[in-house]
Amino acid sequence: MEELIASVVRGLGIGSTYALIAVGFVIVYRATDVVNFAHPALMILGAYYTSWFTFTVGLPFVLAVPAAMVSVAVLAALCERIAMRPMVGEPPFAAAMVTVGVFFVLFVLAFRLIGTTVITMGDPWGLERVTVLGVRLFQVDLAKTVIALVAIGAVAAFLKRSRIGLAMRATALDQEVAMAQGVKVGRVFGLSWAIAGATAGLAGMLIGTAAGGVEPVTALVALKALPVIILGGLDSVEGTVPAGIAIGIAESLTRTYQPAYAPWLGANVDVVVPYLIMILVLMVRPYGIFGTRQVQRI
Amino acid sequence: MSALRGRDTGARASRAGLRGRPGLVTDYARDQAIWNTPAKKAWTLALVVVVLASPAPMYLSRDLTSLLTTVFIYAIGGIGLNLVTGYAGQVSLGHAFFLGLGAYTAAFFGGESTATLHGLGLELWVWLPMAGIVPAVVGFAVAPLAARVRGLYLAILTLGLLFVGEHVFKEARSFTGGAGIGRAPAEPVIGGFDLYARHTVLGVELPRETLFYYLCFALLIVLGVAARNLARTKTGRAFAAVRDRDVAAEIMGVPLLKTKTLAFTLSSFYAGIAGALLTVVWGRTTPENWNLFLSVEFLAVILIGGVATISGSIMGAAFVVLMPRLVESLAPHVPLIAGRVGEPGLLTVFQLQGMLFGALIVAFLVLEPRGLFGLWLRVRNYWKAWPFSY
Repeated sequence: MEELIASVVRGLGIGSTYALIAVGFVIVYRATDVVNFAHPALMILGAYYTSWFTFTVGLPFVLAVPAAMVSVAVLAALCERIAMRPMVGEPPFAAAMVTVGVFFVLFVLAFRLIGTTVITMGDPWGLERVTVLGVRLFQVDLAKTVIALVAIGAVAAFLKRSRIGLAMRATALDQEVAMAQGVKVGRVFGLSWAIAGATAGLAGMLIGTAAGGVEPVTALVALKALPVIILGGLDSVEGTVPAGIAIGIAESLTRTYQPAYAPWLGANVDVVVPYLIMILVLMVRPYGIFGTRQVQRI
Repeated sequence: MSALRGRDTGARASRAGLRGRPGLVTDYARDQAIWNTPAKKAWTLALVVVVLASPAPMYLSRDLTSLLTTVFIYAIGGIGLNLVTGYAGQVSLGHAFFLGLGAYTAAFFGGESTATLHGLGLELWVWLPMAGIVPAVVGFAVAPLAARVRGLYLAILTLGLLFVGEHVFKEARSFTGGAGIGRAPAEPVIGGFDLYARHTVLGVELPRETLFYYLCFALLIVLGVAARNLARTKTGRAFAAVRDRDVAAEIMGVPLLKTKTLAFTLSSFYAGIAGALLTVVWGRTTPENWNLFLSVEFLAVILIGGVATISGSIMGAAFVVLMPRLVESLAPHVPLIAGRVGEPGLLTVFQLQGMLFGALIVAFLVLEPRGLFGLWLRVRNYWKAWPFSY
């Protein structure tokens, strides 16, 4: 029983981190109709900046994280301005391939900055455990869950309540109509990327926290947010939370129980479980569970 | 039938009128010919003559010969991806999986059986076709799934297939050797004759890579012409219709499922052949070789070369394969670039290669979406109108 609870909580931690990464994908997708394949690189740079601000600059961890988020947000907005703005009006596939190009440039940058070492975040919780209702849990799982969910809530509230959030929702509905209403659409694109960058930076810190640490290839973990956005819908911020948690718990439970109950599947099946779930979902509902049904006009 | 094709009158008239007016087309058959312009015919002929007549492997170093062989193989794989992504408009990030499947199928049929690995030890004329057929069957099996989704959803779905495929490769240890270990490629042997051994022809000793180089080139020509021919048939036009507007295509009576399935199947066939040949050049391949980056490399081949063109796929393959080598040889002459690990400098050669690769994809998509083929069109049109600029 304790094993089950522990792995569900670990799944919550992973899953809410996936949801946080997925929010970045969703925000960019809503604004510009592009799946941002540069997102993994932004995430890894967020981890790097957190580590840099903590250890090299010497900021306390609580200040280092926002500083890293701002740095990545600025970088993301720059990428949008240089590489993505000329792609407005181009087919989504071409724009998505541009983000792949941006990914390669940023990924090399990450390699240049991080090198071949594994960097740590200097987080306060480390490998310590805490006893909740008689179950010993890792602090890091609880920290991941709380931080990610609070951040997603803040982004969702910003979109719902603020004037700029309203402008962003208007742009997501129809760019030209929003422009006619006085929304500065270009600025919304930049802001969307900046918000996505900030959440990616935070998620990078969460991925690299505790025992794991981060090396450049950890970036590929961010691709697990793609099953999450398929499940939750490409354009739904709220959908990322249940989808992310479902996938996180499925992955965690697989890691705990698959070696005992289905060893013939081989090692590390938990890594591909999110993709298997995604393929199954796409077979049943090609537009995801919470996504807007695609209407074809003739 | 003959009247429809214009064999009796149209062709003769146009042939007489052709001299001095190469753009004149008087009948449908000529318009739809494989080599519908004299320039195309000339360029194809030039490529074949240059590759066959110049004994490049004789005076190039062995690694350069291997590099050129890789260009031919990448071109085959690129044409395969172009069939599904360029002609039929179905974005696939799973191409690397089919390359890997072809490679391991070839290794199974062509490799020797050992204590840990299965192998049949057959010859090239068995393992090469099988390396195409097995991925084609798998492509045929997953195509109905891929046909259900469109656009970016399809890109993400194929990405998922790629990751699942990589896991299967890692676990199927008796076929692939397992993660981090891999297995040796199939031997290119035809009738007891090893293409990858030293041979003496007319008293001249050939470098080891020579015959395989020509084999890959011959395959490229055959598969390239086949793809070009397919593009002008009913099937090829169905591909284009599905790409341009799938709803409209369906209403016009193009069966969507059948067309998309065919595109995936053919593409997987080409990918399998390319993967099998690629392992022979690379040597030992591990399941990790067939990853997302390889898929993106092949997407770069068709994006940089030119979407929905065969010549573009070949140009793109040459560009993607040769560019890193070019950067490597130019790097010592550029300041701030470290040639070797540990040297001082802003970037190492590998980092520069990676960045250039990404920057070039962005640059081509932003500035010339038609790729290298588009650049060629610009040059051609400039000289066509010369000395006028319009």
